Amino acid sequence: MDRADAGRRGGARVSLIATLARLEAVATGRARPTATVRHRRLSERPLVFVPLTTAGEAGAPLGALVGTDRDAPHLLVVPQPRDRDLRFAFLAELADIVLPYIDSYADAVEAAERNETDPETGRRVKVEVELCADAPQLIVPSRAGVDYVRLLGRSMRFRRTVEQDPQTPYPAPPRVPLLGRWLTHFGERSRVPGSSLLQAVTELLGRHWATGQSSLEDQHLGALLAWIDPPQGETGAQAALRAELARDADGQLLCPPAGPATDPAFDNKLLAPAIERYDRARTALAAAEDGLQADDRLGALTAAEREIRALVSSRTLPTWDAVWHGLDLLRSLPEGAHVEERWTRDRWSFTGHRDRVVAGEPPQPRRDDAVTAANKLATREREQARLEAQEALDDPLVMAARRLAGEAFAGEVVDVVMAYSEGKRPSPRPLVTVRTEDVPHLAERAKVYRSLGGKPQAAEFVRWDDDGHHADGPDGVGGADRGGLLVLRIVDKMGRGKEPEAGSVPEKGDRLCFTVFEHEQRGGAKLPDPEETPWTHGGPPGEQPPEAPDSVTQEDLL
Amino acid sequence: MALDARALAALAANPGCKRRAILDGAGVDKAALAGALGSPSAFGQSQFALTRGNAFEAKVKADGGAELLRLVHERLDPAAPPPVDASAPELAAIGPEGRTARTALALREATAATGGWTLLDHPMLALDVAGSAAFLEPDAVVVHPDGSWTVVEIKSFPMLDGSADPAKVGAAARQAAVYVLALEEVAARLDPPPRVRHRVLLVCPKDFSNLPTASAVDVRKQRAVTSRQLSRLTRVQDIADALPDGVCFSPELPVEQLTAAVESVAATYAPDCLAACELAFHCRDRSRAAGAVTSLGRSVRAELGALTTVDDVLAAARGEAGDPRDPAVAALRRAAWLRAEALDAAAPRAESPDAPWTGRTPAAGAVPACR
Repeated sequence: MDRADAGRRGGARVSLIATLARLEAVATGRARPTATVRHRRLSERPLVFVPLTTAGEAGAPLGALVGTDRDAPHLLVVPQPRDRDLRFAFLAELADIVLPYIDSYADAVEAAERNETDPETGRRVKVEVELCADAPQLIVPSRAGVDYVRLLGRSMRFRRTVEQDPQTPYPAPPRVPLLGRWLTHFGERSRVPGSSLLQAVTELLGRHWATGQSSLEDQHLGALLAWIDPPQGETGAQAALRAELARDADGQLLCPPAGPATDPAFDNKLLAPAIERYDRARTALAAAEDGLQADDRLGALTAAEREIRALVSSRTLPTWDAVWHGLDLLRSLPEGAHVEERWTRDRWSFTGHRDRVVAGEPPQPRRDDAVTAANKLATREREQARLEAQEALDDPLVMAARRLAGEAFAGEVVDVVMAYSEGKRPSPRPLVTVRTEDVPHLAERAKVYRSLGGKPQAAEFVRWDDDGHHADGPDGVGGADRGGLLVLRIVDKMGRGKEPEAGSVPEKGDRLCFTVFEHEQRGGAKLPDPEETPWTHGGPPGEQPPEAPDSVTQEDLL
Repeated sequence: MALDARALAALAANPGCKRRAILDGAGVDKAALAGALGSPSAFGQSQFALTRGNAFEAKVKADGGAELLRLVHERLDPAAPPPVDASAPELAAIGPEGRTARTALALREATAATGGWTLLDHPMLALDVAGSAAFLEPDAVVVHPDGSWTVVEIKSFPMLDGSADPAKVGAAARQAAVYVLALEEVAARLDPPPRVRHRVLLVCPKDFSNLPTASAVDVRKQRAVTSRQLSRLTRVQDIADALPDGVCFSPELPVEQLTAAVESVAATYAPDCLAACELAFHCRDRSRAAGAVTSLGRSVRAELGALTTVDDVLAAARGEAGDPRDPAVAALRRAAWLRAEALDAAAPRAESPDAPWTGRTPAAGAVPACR
């Protein structure tokens, strides 16, 4: 369990409302909803990837289940994880499954427009480009699985194949470096808040349900599912405890960890002896003196390998089923209204990487240059703000937390007075009085927004209209029974005429919800092109030499 | 005393836990105790990780630690003469006290003989913890030509493109900080006291290879925090004095007796304990059975004011208990009301409508769509 992870649950701020949901879960013995819609895209045909790794080795896979068909996963196994050839065989097999899946989304495109700067005139022009109609989606069990995808990507993308460099020591099988570039792209994209190209089921479930345990414990997929969907006649707490700790007579966990790390008891009692038998069988085969003996010993080797395959399968299948179970639960929620828009950004991201691969660009560098790094950071910040706004607009339960925090308010319109702006061409500036039980933090003339036909309409805070209302007073916080009268001035989205367009001004009796935060995110200041990097940030990166492959040692490397 | 630096760092992270303090102080095997209590700990190490870790440490220290000293020179003290003919004194002795004395002697000799480099492989240090001595064994300590001392931590997690997992680096830094404190106690007894460097050397495998690479880690903050927490630890003797007579933590006792013995010392459970203490599952059970809100996380407690149990919080949220003038109670009621309103608005989600926890339920349809 990783303490650092607890704080970085994308989009979900821990509010008193979420805490209350956890306490409700404790009291009822079952997880409670923290969302009323699904805030992430789930592909019709996701690729589920359940990897296992070898303890102590950096990114030496032990095996994996992978595939799009829940009834027919591909089982990949590395019978001796320290053997480079066997690892390469694993990665080549993985590439043969993952790359065709990715490619199946690369060809179906639609026409789209993108703003680009014309290199000659320097003006912003619209350019016709292709946009992939859909994008692949990778699903892993947990956040550690996401990190592992990134690690595998890093370990593969600088490898060289024989075609690239005939002199390279230990050449990688073809397509392995390409798989590394794609996994790197998925890993990078998953750092963008609200993105859905690569998702961890624990994070998805944790976003939509509150369990009666801590967020640290929620990182155990089995325990998390136990709270959300406990077996008949059991409480979530009982089922979760069993998932976490119950062991069979041999001391093996009944619910194996979702990986990629395995349980030490499994390593020491089952896996290590099996690998040892495999090693012995291999040595014996190499020492065979004639064909007949070799045949026999090959049989023994195959049996030893089959045993390891059975072990890996037994530790990954429960997780495989749990992942699909989790996806079923998530699919029972209707998709949030803005999810499609964020998925379109994922499609842009996928299309962009497809184009870079096709154009023969080199793999992603080990370290980003200053401008790329700043751009990534700015993107993440902007997308975080976008996600928070959109989730609140899509989901009254999320909005409730914003209302509690004083960042939004809801209420009934009790009065509308027509008024006009001063000046040569008076425009409508109606004054709307809203009765609310919320206590928004409003500065003088603060802007607030409501959604009108999917677009934000702005209003200006004028005053609290009732006597004795203390906007920020501590006793105002719980004032469910004490109404506050808020006067707002609507300032836009009413058309060009002197009279506002029909339906653009709230009417008496309307129930409305205004937010203090903006609904749409403006892009920040534009950063210079990498060639224009100022000297304060290291200057232009210049012509980058191609990244060298990782150093190679005789004994051990991925 | 069965305390290593990792356990000390964990103890320092939860200084209020008397149970942990006394069990560690008394040298009780907490893993065995947890098993006897029926909540076995889930700690263990894979032999693959162990083999790999030992192989890496051996590689780093091969050739009299030439590579290790080269890294210390390069990363921490490039102005000093390069390490050639470094000495590596023999530190073997009988018992932890003997090894500690041997280490102190070697440190004094190395510091007196200025101008050269000295590598102490697995020295032993003593640290006073809550009134008892804890013996610690760092991977290595290096004495620089100027007489200053550096703690070296060798870890087997990789440093990928120059950076390692921040959580693991943090744990290593907390552990190293404990060694720094222990070294400072040795240094204080010398005249003039040599400088214990507050930048330690973290040695890890580079990328996907088993070649060592290193990074200087500043542990000033961890040192200050650990030092303060250790000084806050209630003296073990004081806790022991407050125990009823005849309390015994032997895993051979019957479960009821053992449970009662453990219960006689107060614990401060929080979910972080799961990653640091063998007894955590037992304490979690008790914490949950008592309905303590901290079993959901330390941060939960902060916003709930004086309300510490799940039942109290929910009763306050439902409006059945609590003083509405209490800001925490008022905020809870408001939160419960807003939550119920929003869940009602989103009716399609199948929920039993009469869940016992619901607060005041607003009339259906009285909710803005917020869209």
